[in-house]
Amino acid sequence: MEAVNLTFDCRDGVLTAAIAGEIDHHTARPLRDAIDGEVIRRRPKVLVLALKDVSFMDSSGLGLMLGRFTRMQSLGGQMKIADPTPEVMKILRLAGFDKKIVWFSTEKGGVNA
Amino acid sequence: MKKKEVQALRLEFDGISENEAFSRQVISLFAASLDPTLEEISDLRVVISEAVTNCVVHAYKNKGGKIKIHARIFDDRTMKIKIQDFGCGIADIEKCMEPLYTTDPSGERGGMGFAIMQAMSRKFRVTSRPGIGTTLYIEFKFA
Repeated sequence: MEAVNLTFDCRDGVLTAAIAGEIDHHTARPLRDAIDGEVIRRRPKVLVLALKDVSFMDSSGLGLMLGRFTRMQSLGGQMKIADPTPEVMKILRLAGFDKKIVWFSTEKGGVNA
Repeated sequence: MKKKEVQALRLEFDGISENEAFSRQVISLFAASLDPTLEEISDLRVVISEAVTNCVVHAYKNKGGKIKIHARIFDDRTMKIKIQDFGCGIADIEKCMEPLYTTDPSGERGGMGFAIMQAMSRKFRVTSRPGIGTTLYIEFKFA
């Protein structure tokens, strides 16, 4: 996978997928496949997309979030976003996703959670 | 007084997903002479990425094709960018401009590409002819 790195941590039913690097149409697909594979394997109650180290995101990132959000709902679970950067927040707000998806800051505690 | 063009860039590349990052990097480097703010450069990168992704995904259906970019910087700190593809074209531009409109049934695309490009640029215009291609005219103003 180029320009982006993905690491997983799973504990107490919470699967955290930490994304570092750039999320665009080119990188969204391998990210989606890897995250979905881990969700099927771990069956978490909550999927957290940790975005602190995302250096770039366009609307392909919105699609990635929307797809995982819908998928977790269909599995009876929940998806949250942790530590979106100001650039990512701007895109979430433009799309109205900041009201649809639970997001929070790990340092400051809950924001809209 | 008419503004004067001070710098120009012409770029032609294949409409494949690997070139989405390449194109936004080139245009952001081109804008560096304007000493843009972090937010300005971020918006510019997003808009270029959205535009080129549209060419790759919608105009060429992930099968590749030529994309041309003509970027110009003017002495009043504006940048005009023309992005042209020669793909399938858009039959109903108004419909495509609607936020959350997507032709993708997979639920993996947000349908926000045009809305984001409009919101993040100063001026944004689309012309298209089905079977001929699509051209985006985008303008940025730097502080």
